[in-house]
Amino acid sequence: MEISNIWYFLSGLTLLSALMVVLAKNPIHSVLYLVFTFFCISGHYVLLNAQFLMAVNIIVYAGAIMVLFLFVIMMFDLRKNQPESKSNLTKLAGSVVAGSLLVVLIALVRQNNFMTPQAEGFISQTGMVENLGKVLYSEYLLPFELVSILFFVAMVGAVLLGKREAGERNF
Amino acid sequence: MNLFDSVFIAKASFIGVIFLITLGVAAYSTYFERKIAAFMQDRIGPDRAGPFGILQPLADAVKMFMKEDFIPANSNKWLFIMGPCLSMLTALMTSAVVPFGDTVTIGDVTFDLQGIDVNIGILWVFGVVSLGVYGILIGGWASNNKYSLLGAIRAASQNISYELAMGLSIIAILMMTGSLSTKAIVEAQQNGHWNILYQPMGFVIFLICAFAECNRTPFDLPECETELIGGYHTEYSSMKLGFFLFAEYINMFISGAVMATLYFGGYDYPGVDFVTAQLGATAATLIGMGALIGKALAFVFIFMWVRWTLPRFRYDQLMGLGWSGLIPIAMFNVVVTGLGVLLNQQILVGFGGLVVFIAGIVVYDQLVVKKKIA
Repeated sequence: MEISNIWYFLSGLTLLSALMVVLAKNPIHSVLYLVFTFFCISGHYVLLNAQFLMAVNIIVYAGAIMVLFLFVIMMFDLRKNQPESKSNLTKLAGSVVAGSLLVVLIALVRQNNFMTPQAEGFISQTGMVENLGKVLYSEYLLPFELVSILFFVAMVGAVLLGKREAGERNF
Repeated sequence: MNLFDSVFIAKASFIGVIFLITLGVAAYSTYFERKIAAFMQDRIGPDRAGPFGILQPLADAVKMFMKEDFIPANSNKWLFIMGPCLSMLTALMTSAVVPFGDTVTIGDVTFDLQGIDVNIGILWVFGVVSLGVYGILIGGWASNNKYSLLGAIRAASQNISYELAMGLSIIAILMMTGSLSTKAIVEAQQNGHWNILYQPMGFVIFLICAFAECNRTPFDLPECETELIGGYHTEYSSMKLGFFLFAEYINMFISGAVMATLYFGGYDYPGVDFVTAQLGATAATLIGMGALIGKALAFVFIFMWVRWTLPRFRYDQLMGLGWSGLIPIAMFNVVVTGLGVLLNQQILVGFGGLVVFIAGIVVYDQLVVKKKIA
């Protein structure tokens, strides 16, 4: 089997499941399709020989964030909290906004001819965890440390928000 | 092309063998669970089916298949079926990266006794473990039963909480080995340099987290029958229930194998060189595979031993232990391991850290906890 055939199959599957995220009526189904989309994207990372990115994508998105999504949606009573159907004006405005965004994106892609990496000079080991770590801790050390400070601040903020104040009800 | 074919066939048959071993061990774990429980409670246990009740797993399987397969009327049918399937799938996927032995040479082809030797092996384990909760979560929600839903939500929050401490205890191992590949971690432990000697604290943290991730007593709150009837599998019957229970036993065996790989030298055993000299490399490798499976089975026994010894935690105790107990200890362990790697005195610093930690707890206990009571 040609590797490009796998790419076409995987891309089709990615687009299909991403569409189903939007089109599914049941929010739980939407979340599960989104999880499947993340798996397809991880498959693309494998095709790019970026195994570390594949594993981290699955651990962080499919393993942690989407579990929390499911968790929250399951807490709702879905039959009571149906969103009321929108008026025609809202639908029209929504499609105009989405359509103009599409036009802008297409224009952007046509204007810039994106750099296509040369197949000859490309080092296949770029995505391996050793090389990725070396680049992160030498060339991009400052952004990396700034991101970790950002995460730390977010963590402290979450703890502060979740903390029970004195005299508040204990559930 | 010929070489590729033979390697492919060898790998496929190896994966098939591992699959069969896993299923066999899981089936007989149910028998030994009942036997051990009986021994601890001064009973005889199953002894009717065959000599010593050795055919009991077969009888259980027949019973499971013969029961009515029931799908509740207001449940989400497809997700209801998907729950146990996902549980089985994720339980079986982890064994792909566990190195079951060194290389074996058949004819002129040499191959590893390992499903896939990727350079992110331990991250694969971590990722699959974090996916394991989907089966329970989906099955519990699709049952359309509030007890099932509560069990599923407990399972999800418990898994997420204990994954953090588990990841931190693995990081200490990675700092010592310098590689994410499970094969490299095992090779660094050959000739008796087992990680348990360097990482006593990390091992205890990992063991506790493994209990929580497998939903075993004392952390089996998702199926806590005194509060939730049957937890997430209240509505399940027949072989769908069987899959949920089976997945738990497979998880126990595989997490035993992972613990043996990370902390107990994997396929290393005393006297490898002697056996290699006497019987040849292939025999030594096969004995090593037996050693790894033996270590994993010892862990399965510990799982059962603890189940029939300790009572269940309360839910707030579980969360307190995970977030304000294990995670700070795991952080401390990472710092101590870093110090040990810097000073090149890993055993000394590791055990020194343990002593300092216990002393710190005793001092804290004397100064703070006593004051609170008084």
